[in-house]
Amino acid sequence: MITKKDVEHVAKLARLALTEEEKEKYTSQFSDILDYFNQLREVNTENVEPMAQPVPMQNVMREDKVELPFIRDEILMNAPLEENGYFKVPKISEEG
Amino acid sequence: MPEITQEIRDKYETVIGLEVHAQLKTKSKIFCNSATEFGQEHNSQVCPVCLGYPGVLPVLNKKVLEYAILTGLALNCEIARHSKFDRKQYFYPDLPKNYQISQYDMPVCKNGHIYINGKKIRINRAHLEEDAGKLVHAGATGLAGSTYSLVDYNRTGVPLLEIVSEPEISSPEEARIYMEELRNIVRYLGVCDGNLEEGSLRCDANVSIRPLGQIELGTKAEIKNMNSFKALQRAIEYEVERQIELVEHGERVVQETRLWKEDEGITISMRSKEEAHDYRYFPEPDLVPMEISAEWVHRIRETMPELPAEKRQRYISELGLSEYDADILVNSMEMAFFFDSVIELKTNVKTAVNWLMGDITAYLKENKTTIDKTELTPESLAEMLNLIDKGIISNAIAKKIVIQVLENGGNVEEMVEKQGLSVISDESSIKDTIKKILESNPEQVERYKSGKPQLFGFFVGQVMKETGGRANPETVNRLLKEELAPC
Repeated sequence: MITKKDVEHVAKLARLALTEEEKEKYTSQFSDILDYFNQLREVNTENVEPMAQPVPMQNVMREDKVELPFIRDEILMNAPLEENGYFKVPKISEEG
Repeated sequence: MPEITQEIRDKYETVIGLEVHAQLKTKSKIFCNSATEFGQEHNSQVCPVCLGYPGVLPVLNKKVLEYAILTGLALNCEIARHSKFDRKQYFYPDLPKNYQISQYDMPVCKNGHIYINGKKIRINRAHLEEDAGKLVHAGATGLAGSTYSLVDYNRTGVPLLEIVSEPEISSPEEARIYMEELRNIVRYLGVCDGNLEEGSLRCDANVSIRPLGQIELGTKAEIKNMNSFKALQRAIEYEVERQIELVEHGERVVQETRLWKEDEGITISMRSKEEAHDYRYFPEPDLVPMEISAEWVHRIRETMPELPAEKRQRYISELGLSEYDADILVNSMEMAFFFDSVIELKTNVKTAVNWLMGDITAYLKENKTTIDKTELTPESLAEMLNLIDKGIISNAIAKKIVIQVLENGGNVEEMVEKQGLSVISDESSIKDTIKKILESNPEQVERYKSGKPQLFGFFVGQVMKETGGRANPETVNRLLKEELAPC
């Protein structure tokens, strides 16, 4: 059973600030999703290999080759803040 | 706090597990084709994939997986038939995607072991992941007190193999030796530089103590930031002492991450681990699973070079080296490779070891270099050793030659000929020199004859000096005895 406390915990981990209404709403939506998984659990999966990916492919790999690098200024164009070719980020809190 | 006595220390048992991160020596990153070279201009080796821009797709570097399999085999691991990547979620600015692509429940390698001085240390797993970027904290020397941070993402996406031991290491010294052996292994395999100072090989230590005889483990602290083998051993020594003190004072050890401060020789608390660690792993949807066939593993196994432990064993049992000598040679990979090449040229093993561990090592230490970076080749050393064996040059001359060759290279035989360095075995010429020495030192001759036999060495020294070290020592000894014999 998902409680409001679980939602608050997950929101904190995901750095989301939720209103009281949102917390109520997500509590019931979370529960619905988990119920759905319980329903899936009823399927007999004996002799079925577990799969981690719905795409029927494996071993898609590239050779170990370096391509020309991107120009730093272009890469940094998308940075909200930049200083001397570095990405600039706000003070990091010790809380991690 | 009062000093902990040995008696108190002996009441506790130390339990250590190491997590070692080895940067794999590929040219490009694990999931994109940005370069991995160390020490380049900041943010010059990045691309939309390793920066986690929207809409990009990571693709696995095949070499990374091959290196992981090779290392797993060297660590006696089981190689997974099926493996996959997972996302590990956490927020830190050195991680541009807010998750790290790692492996959770299906690592490439598991259940391995290596031996340290005959003791088996089991390896729980070795899994692949991407490295994070580097932070520069502005306005302060460290994180504390900084007003903002700057990020260099060159290291982001560099392939890492994380090798996790079981908590079976029982002393700081054993931890250091385990780490040294792992470094040897990854270097011999050629999969990692093993440079602790530059961080291509890093180590976190999980340290706990428990009263002797207790079965359950004590609360562990994870210590980080040890940049040398010495630092690793010292940091664990300090941490064990700190934990014993806490427990002796009726306090408890807190589960946390602690930072080793090299200058002060202490560990300090970084962040409490109590709640923060909820990584919510789930399978990485952007990467397809890996299927590792037995045939592929077999092909990789065939490329396995001689491992450090095998080399050590061969040196001892086949070449008759002492354990000490074998250990020193093997722990310096360049030296071991050089030694192997010299031996192949049919030189005397014992002499080769003596020269490598003696004058050559002293030269390398003094010049802070490794043998492969000097001008000395296995061929020129072998040639020199043969000239000594044949009695063509003396040891004293060889000592000078070896330094010249280390610095400038060159053909030893030519050098001996051109510079007139060969041993003088011509008896009449040596006899002349001896006579001259005895004539100019009448006082010493007198004292020798009146019962001071230790002066014999003095005369030998004078003759060698006069001939520039080139006189055949045996001839000198024999002729001197004749000349000094009572008439």
